[in-house]
Amino acid sequence: MIERVRSLPVWFRANSRNPNVIVYTCLVVGVLLYPTVVQFVNPDQSITLINTAADAGVFVLMAIGLNVVVGFAGLLDLGYAAFFAIGAYTYAMLASGQLGIAPIHHAVHLPFWLLLIVAVFVAASAGALLGAPTLRLRGDYLAIVTLGFGEIVPRLFRNLSAWTGGVNAISAIDSPTLPVWIDGPWDGAPFGIVHNLKFTVFEPVAYYLLMALLIFLCIIIVTNLQRSRLGRAWMAVREDELAASAMGVNTRNIKLLAFSIGAAFSGFAGCYFGAKLSTVSPENFSFLVSVTVLLMVTLGGMGNVPGVIVGALLIYFVQYKILGDLPHWVNGIGSAVGLPTTTVTKLSDLATNLNYVVFGLILVVTMLLRPQGLVPSRQRQEELTKGTHGGEVVDMRGAA
Amino acid sequence: MSADGSILRLENVTRRFGGLVAVDEVSFDVRRGEVFALIGPNGAGKTTLFNGITGLIPPTSGTVVFDGADITGLKPHQVAVRGIARTFQNIRLFDYMSALDNVRVGQHSRMHAKVWDAVFKTPLERVEEREVEARAMQLLRFVGIERQAHNYARNLPYGQQRRLEIARALASGPTLLLLDEPAAGFTPQEKVELMVLVEKILDQGITVFLIEHDMKVVMGISKRIAVLDHGEKIAEGSPEEVRTNSRVIEAYLGKSA
Repeated sequence: MIERVRSLPVWFRANSRNPNVIVYTCLVVGVLLYPTVVQFVNPDQSITLINTAADAGVFVLMAIGLNVVVGFAGLLDLGYAAFFAIGAYTYAMLASGQLGIAPIHHAVHLPFWLLLIVAVFVAASAGALLGAPTLRLRGDYLAIVTLGFGEIVPRLFRNLSAWTGGVNAISAIDSPTLPVWIDGPWDGAPFGIVHNLKFTVFEPVAYYLLMALLIFLCIIIVTNLQRSRLGRAWMAVREDELAASAMGVNTRNIKLLAFSIGAAFSGFAGCYFGAKLSTVSPENFSFLVSVTVLLMVTLGGMGNVPGVIVGALLIYFVQYKILGDLPHWVNGIGSAVGLPTTTVTKLSDLATNLNYVVFGLILVVTMLLRPQGLVPSRQRQEELTKGTHGGEVVDMRGAA
Repeated sequence: MSADGSILRLENVTRRFGGLVAVDEVSFDVRRGEVFALIGPNGAGKTTLFNGITGLIPPTSGTVVFDGADITGLKPHQVAVRGIARTFQNIRLFDYMSALDNVRVGQHSRMHAKVWDAVFKTPLERVEEREVEARAMQLLRFVGIERQAHNYARNLPYGQQRRLEIARALASGPTLLLLDEPAAGFTPQEKVELMVLVEKILDQGITVFLIEHDMKVVMGISKRIAVLDHGEKIAEGSPEEVRTNSRVIEAYLGKSA
């Protein structure tokens, strides 16, 4: 053990130029310090800031999951939000009064911790179910079918209103509870032990830590998978499906597994999302969610877990912070410069309307400057810097 | 093992693509422990026959018997598990995986780790991974490219890519190895090295069945040869018999006036 501690600086020096190590180190330090730092730096906004970080975590989880499908196995999935919806609805139905007003007239209130696991399995099964008939398709065709699935699932939840409440959404969903909790400066409170803590968004540190823990767990799982027999088989299928099958890889099962495991991460995310928001409505799972997660994966660095995490955090930040604040900034600058009030209002309206134009511009510029992603995998890096062999047609490896 | 010592038997194997008969009622035996070669002009149906055996493009009719069992129409991975490995005429490596990982994938079907083993890195998984890595290194050494272990397959020179493909095929632990034009594009020196490698593979008790255009290689290492022309088998026998067969000469050089 002591040996290990001593060798830590040595290890760090040896790896200090490895971008993945840098990213992970920054993430660990950042995640641990964030709640406390926020309390001191911006106490008025601290609750919002911690909540935002926890919400960003939902997208990190999904990006990690979609990376398995798109980055590892090279299968383009445009309906990933469907599994997110399935995870969220699993929790919402089984941890609220909803089933009391549904045809079985018996409300079910299962604990969050159990449902976290249930949601994962339900989402994984849904992934297998969708994958079974569709995975014989490739590339664009697979993308279209998954796109369809992504549209069908939220509509199903909307139209099965007897069970799911339809457009009225399911609300008053149970919050997770913990028997023991430690209070401290990160909660803006003195040190102390709290019994029977109920998670609330007004003291979001518990949610924040839960999310950090989930992400940590998922990173370990996905890294283990990547370096296993399965991870290699996924990559082999991505590289050359036919050769993989001739080497004894059951390509259909392997692809199904990628789909299913990718969906499982989304189940985690969905369950957490439902619990934290306490409301689940079909509107939460639009095509935009699927596209956003895909963007996170592509922009961050397809196939590389730390890259994907960076991509998720960055896009979340841009989308929900920069774009959200843009009208305020325009307002502020306009007033400061001394423009007439009507002009300022017009300008800030324009900023609101141009939200997605700005978002698109940011994406285009990033991809032009770093087509391989922010923290690329070694494979992506080579692909885009050295090009492919002898004029061979560049296939997009599922990136489309 | 069948009584006559054949490891692979083709019975009236036919493959049609629409109106085109690519392989027409071809029958022959590959005997255990020999080097068997399939030759013929371009477009004779040699690779189609390989694809038929390995399940990539199943035969339209006829039977493929391997190790006494009918394997006609099995999926490629099922054929691989039964002990037939192959290389490809136009190299099909996993380009963006290291040479070592390519060979590791070759061992896929011999491994037992399940999803849970991978997720939780169980002792079974760890032990197996260590073994797989050791064996992969051993195979890279066997074909002589261990120094490239951590390079991407696509960055290897051409000749080494062909060797890597052989190592990857051997990784699945086959009893029959199909080589599709292993000497294509080789220098004379590399051809000699290839022949040595084939001998070494034979010494491991693996039967080798190859398609090859280079007559020096074919005549040098094969025990028996079958000749395809326009999808039909026109000759079969020892190198000497095939070399002097009038139909073979005709197929290669055209009819004398």
